[in-house]
Amino acid sequence: MSRVSVFRREHFNAAHRLFNPAWDEQTNDQVFGKCNNPNYHGHNYELEVKLTGEIDPATGYVMDLKKLSDIIEENVLEKFDHKNLNLDVSYFVNLNPTAEHIAVVIYHILRKEIDVKLDLKIRLYETERNFVEYPA
Amino acid sequence: MLYLTRIEHFNAAHKLYNNDWSREKNEEVFGKCANENWHGHNYELYVTIKGEPHPETGFLFDVKKLSVIINQSVIEKLDHKNLNMDVDFMRGKMCSTENLAKAIWQELIRALPPQVKLHAIKLYETPRIYVEYFGE
Repeated sequence: MSRVSVFRREHFNAAHRLFNPAWDEQTNDQVFGKCNNPNYHGHNYELEVKLTGEIDPATGYVMDLKKLSDIIEENVLEKFDHKNLNLDVSYFVNLNPTAEHIAVVIYHILRKEIDVKLDLKIRLYETERNFVEYPA
Repeated sequence: MLYLTRIEHFNAAHKLYNNDWSREKNEEVFGKCANENWHGHNYELYVTIKGEPHPETGFLFDVKKLSVIINQSVIEKLDHKNLNMDVDFMRGKMCSTENLAKAIWQELIRALPPQVKLHAIKLYETPRIYVEYFGE
């Protein structure tokens, strides 16, 4: 038996703002700096979804990557792409849309859609130089 | 003739929306980009100047100074901003990548010393979409 990792890369772009509503403006500015602009800013996000498991002897696949692509498209991209993460995406109504939180949210969305026999890992690039992984 | 390019980057929110049109028409023309709550991008800006190297320095122009001028005149106004709401030189304009490239050209022409000849602005909105402007 061979455990193999397969990856699908997708992208979306979105506006967001980082702030903590429990803090005053000054504390938010101090902690989140430019990311706290009340008129929002935005990013091109690159999303990498990693699945690890045994190769299915019948197909030779760990998972059909077209099916994985469709699952990501339907469950993540349609909700996130060209949106305002704070205003348009229900998961972030009470959750600061940092790259860390976005990755955790995407993990939980996809975990429900993907065979439990496959390990799932999310890597999310907010910029070319800033990216996060979950689970760590 | 030599060409020297400095690459800078910024990220921003925007929307493509013509206020003279109905919402239906905006959605028909601009699709997801018309989202009223904004979306956003990581922009990559390539600024190219042209000329001959100075005999004493070997420089076309001190590229560190070029970077400072680009940052002070353009990047500080654009980075982590809402292009439609926060940027004085985009006021009253459609915030397309085309118009943004032209506006950046006009800002830089004003800010660069007269002996520096601006050749091109190349502006990436996503890794797959960019525009070029040569001042024509």
